[in-house]
Formats: sequence, C-alpha cells, structure tokens
Amino acid sequence: MPELRTETMTVNMGPQHPSTHGVLRLVLELAGETVVDTNVTIGYLHTGIEKTAEQKKWQQIIPLVERMDYLGAQSSSLAFCLAVERLLGVEDRMPPRVKDIRVLIAELQRLASHLVGLGTHALEIGAVSVMMYCFRERELLLNINEMLAGFRMFPSYLRIGGLREDLPVGFHDAVNAFLARFPGKLEEYAGLLTKNQIWIKRTKDVGVLSQEETIGYGLVGPIARAVGVNYDVRRAIPYSGYETYEFDVPLQTAGDVYARYLVRLEEMRQSVRICKQAIERIPPRGMFDIQDYRIVPPPKDKVYTEMEALIQHFLVYSQGFTVPQGECYVPIEGPRGEHGFSIVSDGTNRPYRVKLRAPSFYACQSVPRMIVGGMIADVIAVIGSTDVVMGDVDR
Amino acid sequence: MITDLTAYLPPGSFEHAQSADGMPTIYVRREHLVETMRALRDTPALRYAFLADIVGVDYLPREPRFEVIYLLASLGAPGYGEAVKRLRVKVRVPGEDPSLPTVLDVWPAANWAERELWDMLGIRVDEHPDLRRILMPEDWEGFPGRRDYPVQIKEPVKTYEPLQVSEEEFVANIEASRDRSRKH
Repeated sequence: MPELRTETMTVNMGPQHPSTHGVLRLVLELAGETVVDTNVTIGYLHTGIEKTAEQKKWQQIIPLVERMDYLGAQSSSLAFCLAVERLLGVEDRMPPRVKDIRVLIAELQRLASHLVGLGTHALEIGAVSVMMYCFRERELLLNINEMLAGFRMFPSYLRIGGLREDLPVGFHDAVNAFLARFPGKLEEYAGLLTKNQIWIKRTKDVGVLSQEETIGYGLVGPIARAVGVNYDVRRAIPYSGYETYEFDVPLQTAGDVYARYLVRLEEMRQSVRICKQAIERIPPRGMFDIQDYRIVPPPKDKVYTEMEALIQHFLVYSQGFTVPQGECYVPIEGPRGEHGFSIVSDGTNRPYRVKLRAPSFYACQSVPRMIVGGMIADVIAVIGSTDVVMGDVDR
Repeated sequence: MITDLTAYLPPGSFEHAQSADGMPTIYVRREHLVETMRALRDTPALRYAFLADIVGVDYLPREPRFEVIYLLASLGAPGYGEAVKRLRVKVRVPGEDPSLPTVLDVWPAANWAERELWDMLGIRVDEHPDLRRILMPEDWEGFPGRRDYPVQIKEPVKTYEPLQVSEEEFVANIEASRDRSRKH
C-alpha cells in the first residue's frame, strides 16, 4: 500500500484570467483550498511611457499620461498639469473657473473609475447585474467626455496652463441631468449589495490589513481609509481649490474587503456632492486658460487677424515652452489613492525625467500579504477590492 | 525644519538642498541611508511613516551619475505624524559603482520600487531578497531608463525552442521560485 502524504499544488492564474483586472499573473501555491504562498508577475502592459515622455514636448505628454491609468485618465493629466504648473510658477494665476472645471472633471472621473471598480468587483464575486448597471451609468460619463473633447476615455481636455478649449454648449445640462439621475441609481446598486448575505459572506473579514501595514505598503487612499487612516490628499494638501468645497472623508475601521467597498460607495456620494457645488460655480462662458501666450496658444480669432498672435501660435505648437530647471512632485487624490508625477526638468522644452507614483503598483505589491493564509476563492475578492489597473501598475 | 532634523539624525549624514517646488529636501550619504531612514520613520517628532515613491534619475555624463529620490510623507493622521508634511531624501550614486542599501526593512513598500530601480536604471540594491527584473522581461539586456539607452532600436525577433524540461528540472525550478518568494 502506498504511503499517504500531502503536498501542495501550484496553480497558475492569469495572465489572461478574466478576473485579474488586466494582465496580471499569480502563481498560487495551494494546500487544499488554502493559499500558502504566491508569486506575482507584472509587466505585461509595460509600454515605456516614462521613457517616451523624455522625447516629447511638455504639452505632448498629456495624452501619454492619460493612457497609464486608463480608468482614471483625467486624474493622471490633472496630476501632471499641476506638477508642471508648479515648476512654471503659474499656479497662482490660474483662473478660478478653470480650477472649478478641473475639480468637476476630476470628480466625474472618480465616479467613472469607481463605477468600473465596483462593477467588475461585483461581477467577479458573482453579482453580474451590478456590473451591467454600473457600466450603464459610466456610459453617461463617457458621453460627457465625448461632448467635452470628442474622445470618450482619453479626452486630453486638461492642458498645462488651463483647458484645451471652452466648455461645449449644453455641457451644464448634461452634467446636471447626470447628477440628478445618478444618486438614486447609486442607492439601487448599494441596495443590491450592502445587505446582500452572499456579498457580505464573500467580503467580510477577507483580506484584512492593519493600519501599520497599509501605511507601510504605501496604500494611502481608499484602502487606508477602510482601516481608519484619516488621510485624503484633497483635505491634507488641497490642490485646485478643493479647500473651498464641502465634503466628508468616509472612514471605516474593519480594513477588510467589505469596508473598502463601503468606503468607495460613500466616496461616490461625496463626489456627487462636490460635483453639484462645482457645476453651480462654473459660468457657461469664461476664461479657460491662464492667457499667457508663451504657454497656451492665443485665441483663434486673434491668430487669424494679428501677426504677433500667429507667431505665438506657431511657436507654441512647434517649439513648445521651456520649464525652469528643478524637480517637482505634486500629489493628488486619484481614484485609487495618492497619485502624482515626479518630474525633473533641465530647463528645456522636454522633460528630463517623468515618473508616476502609481497607487496600483503599490496595491498590487501588497496582494500576496492579503491573500496568503486565505482561501483561493478570496483571491478574487481581494484583487477586486484593491481596484488595481494594470496600465497604472506597468506604465 | 532643518534645525529639527539635525537634532534627530546621525551627525554628518545629511545636508540641506534647494528645491524648485518648495518641498524640504535633503541629501543623505549612501552609507548612512538606512539608519537615517529609520530615524525619519521612527522619531515621534518626525514620523515620516509613508514612503510615497522611489525615483531614480540618470544625470549622464555628470558624476556622480545617478540620483535616487525617496519621497516621504508624514500623514497628520493619528499615529502617523502630528502634521501633514513632506520630505524629499536624495542619495547620490556614482556611475562606476551603482548600488544602494535596501530600505525594505523600513518600508515594505520599497520592495517593488527597488526592483524597478534595478530594472530600469541598473542600480543594484544590496541585500534585497528578490532583485529581479520587474517590468521588463527576465531576459532583457540593458537598462532602458538610462540616458544612454538607445530610444529607437529594432530588436531581432527572438525565437525560442519548445520547452523541454525533465521532471527533476521542473521540480527544481518550482523549488527555486518558492525559496525566492519565501525570503521576504
């Protein structure tokens, strides 16, 4: 009779698994159904954007950075614009209207990102209908993007020194219609999940991290707020006029997957609050850039009628502008946590070095810590709760 | 700000530097890096508990060639520093000996960030338990983040033989990978 023995089993998950949020590969070592070890492989979406950016003029980098975190595109471009504007020293000259539009866009982007995050998270745990509903609402946000700039996912509407152009006709109506419709729909989704016994059983006490661990792993953002770390960049280091808005920072204490879900849900409600305040403040017509024609192109009517404006227009598009020498890092609160660009300028019209502080990179790194010791079925729930976007991880 | 730091950090380990964006910046000597970082994290009055990012910059042809920037933050949340503040810690790394001590024991977040430093700039992080390429394929040659790395090159298409491993090699391979991930 053969000797009885137990051995662990090595299972490969990904890189094309539908629930890995992109191309993430996990090698799981299982003892029965328990995960005893894991190895995470990333890099499948590495496109060298940071290296490419060194070859481009400053303004040309905006479409590139939007493609890093493809669900929170306009958060990336906001972070990049703020960093370059600080080095240029034009922050104080930014018209309040531009700041308010940027806040509105950033919050709409947060809603779009959280909707995808919630939808796919629920889909992976088995609540397929939530995903359909979330994508229906996100469609409206993409329509607003299309209205703004003609692009749906990567509008490149934010520019260094302001915005690409003024708001389109009918923008206020579209945003107001969305803001009137969305809160009711959000409560519907919450009704499908928050008290759902299956959802609670799959998410409560799963993937728990302590405060010390979340900070140590650099998970500042929704994941840290789900364990009671009261830190939100919008509050701590306000940018783009966030200090003038009223909103609450949602906090939970459990630190599990369910708490992260509750935090993101409440963040969406708060985003709606901020959007409502912002849209009230924004006049339909007005200044949309800093009107410093060394940085932004002059208005078209002047370009066609004045010689100097035509020259400026030509210079802005052919040579770009130079940025003073130095290093800069401006953090913002992206949908996934602290998000910011470290940029180094050598005083020319192209950056010397661009580096993204990608919240997903750090979240992905902490996945083994959250899943080892748990069940294999929890792996899916944990990855969903970190809300990683592989474009952000691999850059 | 700087007088504060002199009281807490080992003498002679750091110097003040200018910054364009107003973030307090210090240069730390490479050999004092780990103890300085530990002091920055643990001293109650400083409490830089959060490592936001590690950025490597290649200043070819200048010498020392590399600068590595550690972005630290004190969160101003209970237990993680009294005030919201930021600090940029820079380390000069010479081009002929591009290596750094690891700060993995101070912040677990440094693990992948240091692997990226190796992968992109070829800065060796000593005593890192798992220093492999992270974003590029394992068999990639060169360090794409360096300034002298050519931007437009056509790599010849690589073809691979079908994988032929014996059972012993297969088991040994899995064991090696387990050992590697157990170390940290």
